[in-house]
Amino acid sequence: MRNIEAFPLSSRILHWGMAVMILAMLFIGVFIASTVGSGYHRLVALHRSLGIAILVLAVLRLGNRLRTPSPPLPADLPPVMKVGAHASHILLYTLMIVLPLVGWGMLSAGGYPIPIWGQSVLLPPILPHNPMLWAWLRSLHTVLAFLLFGLVLAHIAAALFHGLIRRDGVLRSML
Amino acid sequence: MSLLHRLYATRWQRIEKMTTNTHTPPGSILRWLGVIALPTVLTLAFLWAGGWLTPHRLTQASMLDALRKGSGMQSGFRRNHAKGICVAGWFEGNGNISSLSTATVLKKERIPVIGRFALAGGLPYQADAPGKVRSMALRLSPSDGQEWRMGINDIPVFPVGTPQEFHDLQLASRPDPATGKPDPTRMQAFRTSHPWLQPAMAQIGQRPVSSGFADDTYHSLDSFLLVAEDGTKTAIRWAMVPVQPAMPDAGHTNDHDYLFQQVIKDIHTHPLQWRLMVTLAGKDDAIDNPSKEWSQDDRQIDAGTLTLTGIGSEENGPCTGITFDPLVLPKGVMPSGDPILQARSAAYMRSFYLRSGEGPTTPAISPEMTALPATAKDKRS
Repeated sequence: MRNIEAFPLSSRILHWGMAVMILAMLFIGVFIASTVGSGYHRLVALHRSLGIAILVLAVLRLGNRLRTPSPPLPADLPPVMKVGAHASHILLYTLMIVLPLVGWGMLSAGGYPIPIWGQSVLLPPILPHNPMLWAWLRSLHTVLAFLLFGLVLAHIAAALFHGLIRRDGVLRSML
Repeated sequence: MSLLHRLYATRWQRIEKMTTNTHTPPGSILRWLGVIALPTVLTLAFLWAGGWLTPHRLTQASMLDALRKGSGMQSGFRRNHAKGICVAGWFEGNGNISSLSTATVLKKERIPVIGRFALAGGLPYQADAPGKVRSMALRLSPSDGQEWRMGINDIPVFPVGTPQEFHDLQLASRPDPATGKPDPTRMQAFRTSHPWLQPAMAQIGQRPVSSGFADDTYHSLDSFLLVAEDGTKTAIRWAMVPVQPAMPDAGHTNDHDYLFQQVIKDIHTHPLQWRLMVTLAGKDDAIDNPSKEWSQDDRQIDAGTLTLTGIGSEENGPCTGITFDPLVLPKGVMPSGDPILQARSAAYMRSFYLRSGEGPTTPAISPEMTALPATAKDKRS
């Protein structure tokens, strides 16, 4: 029952690398939406580049997740928690991919050039220039980011719940 | 699974068995605190990052609030420079500063331009008047996608040097509801508390006023850095200097839209041209403070010519869906450390977001007003 296997090394590297990136991204995002200070332009540029990096990694990670089997959840985990665990993971993967796409799409609709990694690469627009669409996607970007932050918090709390309260090896499987 | 990990896992299973055997009650308070501590810390940090824990921090919202205090809520319009008109044409660089910057817009090439003339302030239906600040906004779009956007003004220096000063000036100069004019005591208080801005305010007050948009000179005010092939950076400001001779203002007291009507007539008659005059910073020039004038002895280079041939209303006009964010810069041009630039970029983003969501507007300068005289006649008959 408690013989939970660990995730493969590739999964753990992707998980922790992206954990740092996504948390950084959420904090930078909420900061640049409110600041008028000296770091604004550089942080917006970083936000764009990091967002595209997360998109690429999230797609790789989804492939990795579908290819390599994940350790099963403890058999004695209440069904509600099992459903919660599965649903929240589906949502996390969805947002990791959708949120950067909404960001890319909103800048396209806003008619902005989309340079990443300095000025070296210009991403092509993925949506037509349309100010109403830009405003709508800009709002959606905020709502989805708050949702992702909430999910990350729930994910952390759940991991600590497994590690400190249930002590069932689930947290260990990702360390 | 790696060997190391297998060892780790077995050790963990052993610990797990031990803890199961001792049968600790699952819910000790300390362990629960451990569960909620990290999420709580992250939530607080997130609220701090978003400015919710620091109500006095200058944010994009507080900048736009300060502007709105002067103009009221003008749904769908730009939060500043609200009354405007779209223009179109091209820019032709002459290669004179290609050695200082790799920007493709500065090469000997004709580049399409969408632009906008406007009056400063958040009032979209304000009456034209000689003393009001006029602006030119441009988007230069070379074929390689390395766009250059700029919003430049017909004042010699910016009235303030920091975003906080800009915010406070908006509040000080907001119209008194009783008179419709700025409250002189509030303005005086701002001047007294900001003596270092006196020279800038005096220079703006004493600037020569030209007859209209066409013969006006527009200044970048903020400084930028040109980046050469070898990475050398050169601090610059620039101005669009009219090729048309500058005429003094002729006085139009009761004409609500005379500045716009004049520029419509001008462009319908002949193309309007400006020279892009780039000023290289001298050793004593303040690069990071747009309220400080630069030396008259600085080297100036003519970098190319702007030609405007088309004009149209903002109603469905090509400039309406563009925010002229001064930090949309091509490779080869970089922002300087000027703090006003950062605040402009951030506030423009938010203004563009809000106004786009509020939907289309009915601008003061209508499509009928900007139509070719012949077409206007056809419409009437």
